[in-house]
Amino acid sequence: MRKFDRHQGLVAPMDRANVDTDLIIPKQFLKSIKRTGFGPNLFDELRYLDEGYPGQDVANRPLNPDFVLNQLRYQGASVLLARRNFGCGSSREHAPWALEDFGFRVIIAPSFADIFFNNAFKNGLLLITFDEATVDRLFQEAEAEEGYRLDVDLESQQITTPSGETLAFEVDSFRKQCLLEGLDDIGLTLKDADAIADFEQRHRQARPWLFRQAG
Amino acid sequence: MAGQTLYDKLWSRHLVKERDDGTALIYIDRHLLHEVTSPQAFEGLRLAGRKPWRLDTNLATPDHNVPTTLKERAEGNAGIVDPVSRIQVETLDDNCTSFGIEEFRINDARQGIVHVVGPEQGATQPGMTVVCGDSHTATHGAFGALAHGIGTSEVEHVLATQCLIQRKMKNMQVRVEGELGLGVTAKDIVLAVIGQIGTAGGTGYAIEFAGSAIRDLSMEGRMTICNMAIEAGARVGLVAVDETTVEYLRRRPFAPSEEYWDAAVTDWRELVSDDDAPFDKVIELDAAAIEPQVTWGTSPEMVAGVGAQVPDPAAAGDETVQQGVSRALEYMGLQAGQQITDIQLDKVFIGSCTNSRIEDLREAAKVAKGRKVADTIQLAMVVPGSGLVKRQAEEEGLDKIFLEAGFEWREPGCSMCLAMNADKLGAGEHCASTSNRNFEGRQGYGGRTHLVSPAMAAAAAIAGHFVDVRDFGAERAANDDSQVQEA
Repeated sequence: MRKFDRHQGLVAPMDRANVDTDLIIPKQFLKSIKRTGFGPNLFDELRYLDEGYPGQDVANRPLNPDFVLNQLRYQGASVLLARRNFGCGSSREHAPWALEDFGFRVIIAPSFADIFFNNAFKNGLLLITFDEATVDRLFQEAEAEEGYRLDVDLESQQITTPSGETLAFEVDSFRKQCLLEGLDDIGLTLKDADAIADFEQRHRQARPWLFRQAG
Repeated sequence: MAGQTLYDKLWSRHLVKERDDGTALIYIDRHLLHEVTSPQAFEGLRLAGRKPWRLDTNLATPDHNVPTTLKERAEGNAGIVDPVSRIQVETLDDNCTSFGIEEFRINDARQGIVHVVGPEQGATQPGMTVVCGDSHTATHGAFGALAHGIGTSEVEHVLATQCLIQRKMKNMQVRVEGELGLGVTAKDIVLAVIGQIGTAGGTGYAIEFAGSAIRDLSMEGRMTICNMAIEAGARVGLVAVDETTVEYLRRRPFAPSEEYWDAAVTDWRELVSDDDAPFDKVIELDAAAIEPQVTWGTSPEMVAGVGAQVPDPAAAGDETVQQGVSRALEYMGLQAGQQITDIQLDKVFIGSCTNSRIEDLREAAKVAKGRKVADTIQLAMVVPGSGLVKRQAEEEGLDKIFLEAGFEWREPGCSMCLAMNADKLGAGEHCASTSNRNFEGRQGYGGRTHLVSPAMAAAAAIAGHFVDVRDFGAERAANDDSQVQEA
């Protein structure tokens, strides 16, 4: 996994609650058997005025000029400012893959859906939760000031706004460590292989029907 | 010491190790796989030179991409017209073969929607941890199993380690007491719950559904409810084990063998919340007050009783909510104040992991029997949840009832719930759907989804618009017996 320690980036404000994973990456793009290449179809139905399909050259598709990521001032954005319950819906990891592939590194919102939240951290994205009032204020600032950038420091768990204001954020210590070191979850868990094997043996003795004889 | 909730018990039964950072390693008993969220996980295993930890916990079946017409299905994978879909299904077959994982392939009679197949096979059992790369894995909680959806990285993690890194959730109890009105079903209960607590109301919680109205439900009904826990934001939905659970599992192919059956049942009976177990949050609903539900918007929480009107955005919550409602009405092509029963429909879909089990099909068939789908409906389709559901329905003659009424009778799969195969809505089309999500574009680009119960969907197909199935059925009660149910 890609490491994350500190990131400075342009902020794109997406003013819409309950952004679901179907909206982040529509189902026709889930047919890929790869992890990469989803960026051009991120928010496909909002970004383009026509219907997208896999394998298409997006360069000639008509863009929706009203969509925030199509506006000139937000080109190159890598910090997404969002509203409550971002990422609700399905467990498709294609959603964080698409956000990451597009170039986002940080998403800030008042709340996230559980499965999306979990999936995002496993792909090097940092998700930050602030209260509604703080998110509202960031929306106002990002919309008012062209070129609004945030400096996100994971080590000190702090965001710095262009005016120099700092905002502290919470992050789960395990997820923080994984991001800082770019750790592979599986490798980490396999360090406990003996504990897993011991548990499995006790589990089998207590509830043998959970282990199929045929298997 | 205070008692434990069902969730607490399931958690402690599977706790391998607690770490200093507050995370825990949780052992996984059953891993279900399908073609969409697994290819990258298998690729990850290969790249790292890893093998599955334990083969016999895994069970796979293709469901999302499979075509549902007999013509395409007749040729197996080769019949899948969309080459990208075909590759994904073939990739699942190849991965299962090379890693040694049991799979019900496209034309195996046992193939179907993974959340229909697991319970039907008895592969989902009380006291298990069940995971799958699909958010509707919450379905399996109906058995008193700890079940939830995972992403592809976690699919790989479970394959490689038989564990997941988790944090314990909070406990919520949703109590539904009393008797449901005639024609009101499990689907209406869960839609009413989501309408009450919202799509983020259950975030961070495991929701246990309890109360007399839940106890009175069949396993199919309980699965419908747990299935949509995720639509209330909760990864986990649960129902305590009782006689209904035990009887459902008896003699299913993957159920405990005779040798272990009694021990297993004794063990399962512990899987209830203790009377004094503390819940972090309790929600109560009166079953008798629940009307048949219809969603009018683009989120499952945008739901109302069939007798209601489409709401006015100005009267809805804070500014963010108002914007959401306005945007939804625009997308759905609806006016504030419009009667729900005035919504004209173009298509009807009866199926999905929420409502494609035998009981769902019986309920729909009862309404459809002897009637005709309205001329204004372009397509009304019934998609059984599995090959075995299809077979049973045909044995009961349900297929004939549907076909005579003008419904299409299809092959099993996820179908138009998420439209990854050829079954989809056209732009602007309104669909009465028994599925679980009414998000923008979910059933097809520009499609407009209204979530309802199977009985309500069948009634809407006959009328061409939404009708209250309770009125619709009244005339039938006098001169019709329950032949379909008992057949």
